[in-house]
Amino acid sequence: MCEVDEENSGCLQSRSVPGVCKMCVKCKENTAVLIIRVGDAFCRSCFKEYFVHKFRAMLGKNRVIFPGEKVLLTVSGGAASSSMLAQVQEGLGRDAPKKLRFIPAIIYIDEGGVCGQDPEEREETVAQLETIFRKTGFPYHIISLEQVFSLPSSVLEPVPGGARQPGGDYKAAVDQYIQQSKLKQKRGEASVEEAQDSLTHLNIYSPPSPEHTQTLQRLFSTLKTLTAKEDLLQTLRQHLILHTARTHGYSKVMMGDSCTRLAIKLLTNISLGRGASLAADTGFSDSRYGDVVVVRPMRDYSSKEITFYNRLFGVESVFTPSLDTKAPDKASIQRLTESFIIKLQADFPSTVSTIYRTSEKLHTASSPQNSSAEPSAKCLLCLCAADTKAEEASAFQATLLSERLSVGKAQSDPAHSNPASSNPASSNPAGSCCQEQGCGAGGCCSTSRIPAPTDLKTLLCYSCRLTIKDLITVEALPHYITSEAEKRQRRAQMKEEIGEFLLDEDEDAE
Amino acid sequence: MPVQCSSCGQNRAALKRPKTGHSLCRSCFFWAFEEEVHHTIVSGRLFSRGETVGIGASGGKDSTVLAHVLKVLNERYDYGLKLLLLSVDEGITGYRDDSLETVKRNQQQYDLPLKIVSYEELYGWTMDAIVKQVGLKNNCTFCGVFRRQALDRGAMMLNVDKICTGHNADDVAETVLMNVLRGDIARLRRCTAISTASDGEGAIPRCKPLKYAYEKEIVLYAYFKKLDYFSTECIYSPNAYRGHARTFLKDLEAVRPSAIMDVIHSGENLSVREGVKMPVQGTCSRCGYISSQALGLPKLGIGKHHRLHGKILAQQPLTQEEERKLKAVDF
Repeated sequence: MCEVDEENSGCLQSRSVPGVCKMCVKCKENTAVLIIRVGDAFCRSCFKEYFVHKFRAMLGKNRVIFPGEKVLLTVSGGAASSSMLAQVQEGLGRDAPKKLRFIPAIIYIDEGGVCGQDPEEREETVAQLETIFRKTGFPYHIISLEQVFSLPSSVLEPVPGGARQPGGDYKAAVDQYIQQSKLKQKRGEASVEEAQDSLTHLNIYSPPSPEHTQTLQRLFSTLKTLTAKEDLLQTLRQHLILHTARTHGYSKVMMGDSCTRLAIKLLTNISLGRGASLAADTGFSDSRYGDVVVVRPMRDYSSKEITFYNRLFGVESVFTPSLDTKAPDKASIQRLTESFIIKLQADFPSTVSTIYRTSEKLHTASSPQNSSAEPSAKCLLCLCAADTKAEEASAFQATLLSERLSVGKAQSDPAHSNPASSNPASSNPAGSCCQEQGCGAGGCCSTSRIPAPTDLKTLLCYSCRLTIKDLITVEALPHYITSEAEKRQRRAQMKEEIGEFLLDEDEDAE
Repeated sequence: MPVQCSSCGQNRAALKRPKTGHSLCRSCFFWAFEEEVHHTIVSGRLFSRGETVGIGASGGKDSTVLAHVLKVLNERYDYGLKLLLLSVDEGITGYRDDSLETVKRNQQQYDLPLKIVSYEELYGWTMDAIVKQVGLKNNCTFCGVFRRQALDRGAMMLNVDKICTGHNADDVAETVLMNVLRGDIARLRRCTAISTASDGEGAIPRCKPLKYAYEKEIVLYAYFKKLDYFSTECIYSPNAYRGHARTFLKDLEAVRPSAIMDVIHSGENLSVREGVKMPVQGTCSRCGYISSQALGLPKLGIGKHHRLHGKILAQQPLTQEEERKLKAVDF
């Protein structure tokens, strides 16, 4: 238990105050301009080389992005994602020794509607970002969060993954790409033209209608806690990105999460009960969506490195407020975790990297890559494998029991119990109206035409249940979610009805 | 305005459950709390009929409540267990001697046999003597290693089949967070298990029947039941780093009360990627007790000890530099 203390006190002891004009540890010629870690002072050019190399190395090592593949870069305007954009630009540049060979595009999700920006501010932010995006020459999509209300429910349908094995396949793809580009060169086609060609397919930003903004704001106001708001925002954002990627044929999505951000995310997710999908949420690649794979190439950089790079090499970034901007430390679990880690990192400089390395050692218990998993086995919102079929002795069952016992005998008066915090299905141990038991034509189902929060819960993973628990009414949820929920419920009911005629209970066997 | 109990709907609620937020009357709370521990025991298959179970009793709130609840449940559900109290005397003046008085009172109140094993009698060292040698820093390392074995030895003397400890949900969640912060993947995997593997030789299986009980509810239970317990922190340096995890967890609980269970749920659903190196449980080549190394040498100072371990094993003389390394650091 005390080992950590020992090691850290060791660091503290051995840390020497760096000299004012130290030489770069790498080239030993130039004066160092920054210290990355204890004792590692770099000069400007060595730092650039180091930073650029890290990005290529990350992509090269993992071999997930194939040459010629269409990749969507998610840019929020913040330091990390702007830096990622700069790295891609640099990597695709003609003079780069090891050129990146994928076809990039940018996506920006405008969340101003829920993050307290008025329409003028939003337009201004978008205009600033557009200037940056235009400079890159990449096609870009600017999408407002309000567009979740026009998403189709197919977003939530699980798509079996095109399980392409990295390795041998990758080599073949590279060879093919090289041959193709040679052919093109013979024909005199330049890839630049291709890029400019795709520029014409720009998604022009149209400001959302005030009605939509209001609907969105109403949705977020029905969430009782900032924790749940942040969680839902993340989910909706992810759905929008996924939809855009699918409709435009991007098979990879690049996220700019830095090492620091991932450490915060890891601890946040643990605190939110998202342990089962920890590896997918924080790993280099996340293939839960099947056809679209999320990759995180910035995960080796600390936020400090990124900030230094952006400052030294003039990478522009745009500040956009988020839900927890200016919020106190204890406003939400996400915010609390962030301030906890950042404060701990100041005292124990190895905190972030230790947590980050922990994430590399994890993988998901119930493998989401398993394409044979039934649709119902995936969470409706986060599309991770549902982790609620836990065994008897588990925290999940213990929590259900606590709730059941706390409202146990009062079932004669259901109106009395707090509808938000008590789960009717579990407060009725007698099971007169349990979803699982498929009451069919039972009188109790007369009210369940609109899915109540309880009904939605059965389709969610542990953590998304917590979020929905904080939602006062599900009616405010975007249509694509409720309609997909209804569809899945109908299917489950159908299966229930024909259950006795089914010979192979594959779903339950899993 | 008096609030009605949400469970029976008749009595006035006396408390708000920290775990669920429901308002309950005293008797419904007692019933729910005991029922939950019962569920944990049954679903986790912690005990089987006829077993002798040693309750690790420190005199603190957790072990006092554990002893009380186990006695109640053993009678109510007829587990057929033989319960006894097992205490460790670390030899800390002003702390353990007082808390052991509480345990002795508990013994009479619950009418359970009590066995006290002391560090002095087992190892010839009291914690007071150890602290005199190594100072206030790192003394917890000794205490922890010693206590683990002391409990086992005491249990073996009494022919106990299982040991249960008063670890509560907060402790488990805190350990999950700690292990993430320290990057200790092996412990991260083990720490949420409700009982230790029983196949290990020489080690008596341990379990945590209060694993899903909130610390606050344990205090409430002890308070309303007017249980006699001792509440003082150990006088020798509380672990600073664990303190960070503890504060963080308490803050999480304040933001979202279910967070403690959520952290445990996360811990239970984690699994380790294949190919990650894991320490193998072995036995100490000298005393035969479980150990992850050939010789259970504690890590004392800073730096790499593997080389030193070899030297100590071969009983080669150490240089002054190496001697110094083995000593704890003084500030």
